[in-house]
Amino acid sequence: MSGLGEHALTWPSNGLSEVPFRLYTDPAQYHLEQEQIFKGPTWNYLCLAAEIANPGDYVATTIGEAEVVVTRDTAGAINGFVNRCAHRGNLLCFERRGNVKEISCIYHGWTYDLAGRLTGVAFERGVKRQGGMPPEFRKDEHNLARLKVTELAGLVFGTFCDDAPDLETYLGPAVTGGVRRVLNRPVHILGRSTQVLPNNWKLYFENVKDTYHASILHLFLTTFRINRLSQPGGITIDANGGNHFSQAKMDYAAEDADYKAAALRADSEFRLADSSIVESIDEYGDSVSVQILTVFPAMVLQQIRNTIAVRVLRPRGLERSELDWIHLGFDDDDEAMTERRLRQGNLVGAAGFISMEDGCVGGFVQRALHYDDEGSGVVMMGGHDADSQPFRATEAAIRGFWKHYRALMGG
Amino acid sequence: MDDIAIRLGVDELLAAYADCIDEDRLEEWPDFFTEQCRYVIISQSDHAAGLRHGIIYAASRGMLTDRVMALRKANIFEPHHYRHIVGPTRVVGVDGGVAEVRSNFLVVRIMHDGGTQLFATGRYLDRVDIGSKPYRFIERTVVLDSHKIDTLLVIPL
Repeated sequence: MSGLGEHALTWPSNGLSEVPFRLYTDPAQYHLEQEQIFKGPTWNYLCLAAEIANPGDYVATTIGEAEVVVTRDTAGAINGFVNRCAHRGNLLCFERRGNVKEISCIYHGWTYDLAGRLTGVAFERGVKRQGGMPPEFRKDEHNLARLKVTELAGLVFGTFCDDAPDLETYLGPAVTGGVRRVLNRPVHILGRSTQVLPNNWKLYFENVKDTYHASILHLFLTTFRINRLSQPGGITIDANGGNHFSQAKMDYAAEDADYKAAALRADSEFRLADSSIVESIDEYGDSVSVQILTVFPAMVLQQIRNTIAVRVLRPRGLERSELDWIHLGFDDDDEAMTERRLRQGNLVGAAGFISMEDGCVGGFVQRALHYDDEGSGVVMMGGHDADSQPFRATEAAIRGFWKHYRALMGG
Repeated sequence: MDDIAIRLGVDELLAAYADCIDEDRLEEWPDFFTEQCRYVIISQSDHAAGLRHGIIYAASRGMLTDRVMALRKANIFEPHHYRHIVGPTRVVGVDGGVAEVRSNFLVVRIMHDGGTQLFATGRYLDRVDIGSKPYRFIERTVVLDSHKIDTLLVIPL
């Protein structure tokens, strides 16, 4: 059965390794997620601190489906609040970014300062002493609902929930360290795009946590015989389960020698004509060539060789999501490094050699579940727990997602 | 060379390029470019902001060949094809053997099940080598009007 009707959603057991298919098809569940996850005690990516460097800079964005604004005020502090006028609920900022002295509503001219405090009400005293607000109206009772905001390694996060633990506690020390490892110096944006995904948001977030599928669905690297060298790695999951990173290491020097040798042989048609899209340097000096990190519920920080990107997942209805790709470079990159990042950029994104399939596979699952959503999927690779593991043929990080999801949603 | 001859040669290049893609003769696609070339797909908003990252960023003909090889042998996607409608061509400048050309495009995506969708619109900003025949692209910047891509982009625009 699908759609409205007999619910609620039931979990087959207390274990983490069975996931009811109806989680991806049930409209009631989707609405509950907006309230209990996206507006719950979770931290959501808002923007780069560098995007709101100057007083008056703002970015209008979303947490889940809810419209929010983040600003830099004249004192240099970052503020977040709902993008909804306290008067009649009109959208305040309808451009994605800009610089303003104050936030003003186009509908009836109410104005707010950069911290979201109501500062002006048009015709508050009426016109020619007629009309106007009654004497009991107090502006300070109509400020914009504020978010809690915080900054980590140049990323700005926000939460609707006053009771959310501070961000580093939320992430745990290991995942916090994973963020700091990648974003260890000032960044700027190299480019951005949005990939529209024909599937429920959770299917993409599980996909990112799924180290099992990588070499099976994404055939580019194996087809072109890249990455034949052994890749030790593993996954690290925070205590709550929702946040994680996976890592793979590579012998950069050996791979480089391998390309040079391969370029001399002409033994295979399955050889890149121009291998500069994978030629990479060990910029962190730790041999880690891939680190995929997730912040529950909807952010990914990616280092794949020398491509650095933030991906932000935005639910846009039960069966539709948008994935924002924000490609980053570092301020100390020279031209050669920038060019290297741009070329490796072909690996990822909507046209990415090793990521494009993720754009369609969630849609395939969604289609297969359409009015056939009885039963549960199975995520037992690597056991039944949601603990860190020193290997990647595992679905432990997916189980971690459901562990934290169930803690917030009940069930 | 007179302007009319250049214009006709450029028109032929743009039309042949679109046919090559729409008729799935992608193995011939890299040959529309000079050996040293640049092919970048970028959104209008990034382009206007002076950003350089491309949704596709190819800096050599070899990288175009690799795109085709990956599409044929490695990447997985639902079968589909495009129909390009390329708007009026304007040769906005000729400098030595290089013509600077602009045109508009609209690309419709037809899925294997018949589903038909407007997939992309935008401008081609081209630098064309007109020093020898056939004309070839030295640089083709595909500026997308929208920064949103539905599902995935595997066939070049």
